[in-house]
Amino acid sequence: MFEAIAFYLFSFLTISMFYITVTTSQALYALTALAAGMIFISAFFFILGADFLGAVQIMVYSGAVMALYAFGMMFFDTTREVKEKQGNRFVIVGLSLVAAVLIVVIFAAPIVTDNITALYPITEGVGNTQDIGMVLFTKYLVPFEVAAVMLLVAMISGIILAGKKMDLSLTLMDEDEIKEMKKEEENKKVLL
Amino acid sequence: MEMFLYIALFAPLVGSMFAALFSAKPKTLIAGIIPSALLFVSFIASSILLVYVLQTGSSIHVEMMTWMATGELYIPFGFVVDQVSVTMMMVVTLVSTVVHVYAIGYMSHDKSFNRFFAWLSAFVFSMMILVMSDNFAGLFIGWEGVGLCSWGLIGFWYHKESATWAANEAFIMNRIADLGMLIGIFLIYWNTGTLQYDEAFAAMPALETDVLTWMGIFLFIGAMGKSAQFPLHTWLADAMEGPTPVSALIHAATMVTAGVYLIVRASPLYDLIPNVGLFIASLGAFVALFAASMALVNRDMKRIIAYSTLSQLGYMFAAAGLGAYWVALFHLMAHAFFKALLFLGAGNVMHAMKDELDPFKMGGLKKVMKGTFIMMTVASVALAGIFPLAGFFSKDLILEVAFIDNHYIIYSVLLFTAALTAFYSFRLVALIFHGEERYKLFGIDPHEAYKFMLVAMSPLLLLAVIAGVFKMTYFEMVTQVLPATEYHIDSPIVYWIITIGTQLLVGAAIFYAYKKYTSRDIKVPDGTSAMEKSFGYKLLSNQYYIPYIYEEFVAKPYGKISAFFWSEIDQKIIDASVDGIAKAFYNTGENTREMHSGNLSTMLKWMVAGTVGMLSLAVVFGLAARHSDGVASILSAIGVK
Amino acid sequence: MEIGLNHYLVLSTILFSIGLIGVMRRKNLLMLFFATEILLNSVNISFAAISHYNGDLTGQMFAFFVIAIAASEVAVGLGLLILWHKRHNNIDLDSMSTMRG
Repeated sequence: MFEAIAFYLFSFLTISMFYITVTTSQALYALTALAAGMIFISAFFFILGADFLGAVQIMVYSGAVMALYAFGMMFFDTTREVKEKQGNRFVIVGLSLVAAVLIVVIFAAPIVTDNITALYPITEGVGNTQDIGMVLFTKYLVPFEVAAVMLLVAMISGIILAGKKMDLSLTLMDEDEIKEMKKEEENKKVLL
Repeated sequence: MEMFLYIALFAPLVGSMFAALFSAKPKTLIAGIIPSALLFVSFIASSILLVYVLQTGSSIHVEMMTWMATGELYIPFGFVVDQVSVTMMMVVTLVSTVVHVYAIGYMSHDKSFNRFFAWLSAFVFSMMILVMSDNFAGLFIGWEGVGLCSWGLIGFWYHKESATWAANEAFIMNRIADLGMLIGIFLIYWNTGTLQYDEAFAAMPALETDVLTWMGIFLFIGAMGKSAQFPLHTWLADAMEGPTPVSALIHAATMVTAGVYLIVRASPLYDLIPNVGLFIASLGAFVALFAASMALVNRDMKRIIAYSTLSQLGYMFAAAGLGAYWVALFHLMAHAFFKALLFLGAGNVMHAMKDELDPFKMGGLKKVMKGTFIMMTVASVALAGIFPLAGFFSKDLILEVAFIDNHYIIYSVLLFTAALTAFYSFRLVALIFHGEERYKLFGIDPHEAYKFMLVAMSPLLLLAVIAGVFKMTYFEMVTQVLPATEYHIDSPIVYWIITIGTQLLVGAAIFYAYKKYTSRDIKVPDGTSAMEKSFGYKLLSNQYYIPYIYEEFVAKPYGKISAFFWSEIDQKIIDASVDGIAKAFYNTGENTREMHSGNLSTMLKWMVAGTVGMLSLAVVFGLAARHSDGVASILSAIGVK
Repeated sequence: MEIGLNHYLVLSTILFSIGLIGVMRRKNLLMLFFATEILLNSVNISFAAISHYNGDLTGQMFAFFVIAIAASEVAVGLGLLILWHKRHNNIDLDSMSTMRG
């Protein structure tokens, strides 16, 4: 009973948050709604007994990803209204619904119908975190390390891409310098 | 001996290649001399083989290399020199050597001199393959090879429309017949499992008569085309558009006799099916009469000789159909000599008369062209079958065969034709060489041909006279492979009556022809005389309207059907569907280029749409495979699981 | 009322649709990234649910890797975004048409 109430409540909350995220014209609202939705999603993980996953969800999304977005948004003019694409709404909604249903059918149908045997069964009487640790560092060690390298690569690329000309500050430069820099960039573009 | 076999076979090929090297160049005398010399070498080699075969009585069988070996089919490039093929080799090499030497003179003013010799030697090579092959596939190669070379030589003067038309006619007629021949060969392979002569013929007696009959009929259809038998005969007369040496070599002496050779070669088959043989004999007799009648009124020197060839081919088929294969082959040989001689003589006359072909415009040429006159007269006498020239021994023998076998209708038809033959031959001789010198009206100044051309013709002259002497030697030689039926009329009285009777009949025909056509009041016909207006004359001079019928009832409807298929089916269905596929792609590209607007948002949308499409397909296939074993098996067959 | 696997799958479907709608109608690149986060999260829910109802940890493992990928995607994506914004002074999808065919 408690589980059902929690499920419907958090479903409603998640859906509304995400709906706001994709429909609002204010970037800040969207960011806030997204962060809230992420936290609500972690609730499902807790309901499903995946405690560690829920914790990671909160930490990574609400902590790291959202912070990253928030920092990123400092570069942009977030007060400006976000322009929306004018198109046929029915096409968009229909397409996305069909695609989602199809994907779920494809991936879920075999699981629902067949009695698949668990490859790494949840061990009774052991905490979820311990259980995950056992599996992650034995069976999934190589993917885990690869993921780590991937994150490292992503970090370095993020720094390099975003950090170009960080040493220059537009606010401290006078007009002529800015014009010259722009001209240079344009020349570069031509060369490219 | 194998070496001589290969020399005899490949010397013409080398000659052809050599002449072909110069084919685009202006006249080079050496391009004519080398092939002629090589042909002479081939002739010498054939003679050595002949002597060998004569003395030892054995045949030479070589297998040069494997041609096809797939599964149970095994066809080698094998060659056999036995009594039959060595006869043909002798005829082919001898006549072609003479014709080559003659052509050096005859073609000396032609600008395509070199090309002519390339084609002519290639023809001889194909003919050698045809006669020497030891299997039906090799025979077929030679068969098609001579057809091709014949096409190239009939249409040698390709700037003349009539020549190209005649070349195409000959080629197409032969293709029609070759289809029949091919079916016959397939039947043989299908039923006996081999195409080698000896093995196939050994297997034939065990087969059913029906099957054998069909084999015989289809092979004979092939022979009908090549030997211009009714109803595929029209191409031979039109083939006279080619240079005269070509007519002499191909359309009198060698290629057209290939059909007879095929029947002789397949004699074990035709022995098993006497009904087909009788049909062949009847058709042969009919063609003999039919062609001779057309020759009676024709006013084209070469065509008259062509019809005479046709008529003599009818004789050969009559003999072969009645089972007298060695007689047919003997007549083939004798005929080759005197008919080639006749043609070459006609070539001399043509040259002298500046390519004039109407004998009515000649007359009295014996004074200026003594050598040619003698040769053509001797050849005509031989053709008419007067004792003791070659024609007497071979042609009268065919009459005797028909008489002895109690086929009196065939006999009387052939006898009547013999009289006609004598008549039209001497009509031609009389019109050309005797009577008034009508050519003076046309301002032509005739002159005798080069000396060496006459010398080149002399071996043929000699053989036309004495070929009959070899009859018994020949009989003993070829009957080692062919059925040895001696044809003797039991009662000497009957024998003498029919022999002397035939001679008298022929003599009377000659006398009548001379009397009629040497008279002083022969004029160039202008279509006004009573005879020319008569129905019979018109029928004959229009070749029984058969070319007209072919034109009206075969060629024109076929042309219309072709035009219909072209405009309605080819263009509107086949072309349209091919174009439609191309257009569909083109239009697809044209219409979908909007997708590639470069706008990332649009692209994302399309990506989603594409994903949806693919996923739907995956779901459909998945469900189908899951729910139906039949569908699953079909799908797994095409690789979808 | 028992909550089964189907409930979670339906929820996942709804969230995925919302994400797809966002992907298709957003013109702002940042908003596009938000929408992709939604897509990834909806999949994570189904992974976790399937893992729970089958008593198997594999689903959760996948969810971890999805989160890792999402994090790195954000890092790289934001870097590119900033670079683009510096050049063109906007992050509008319509301004990116250099791939025009």
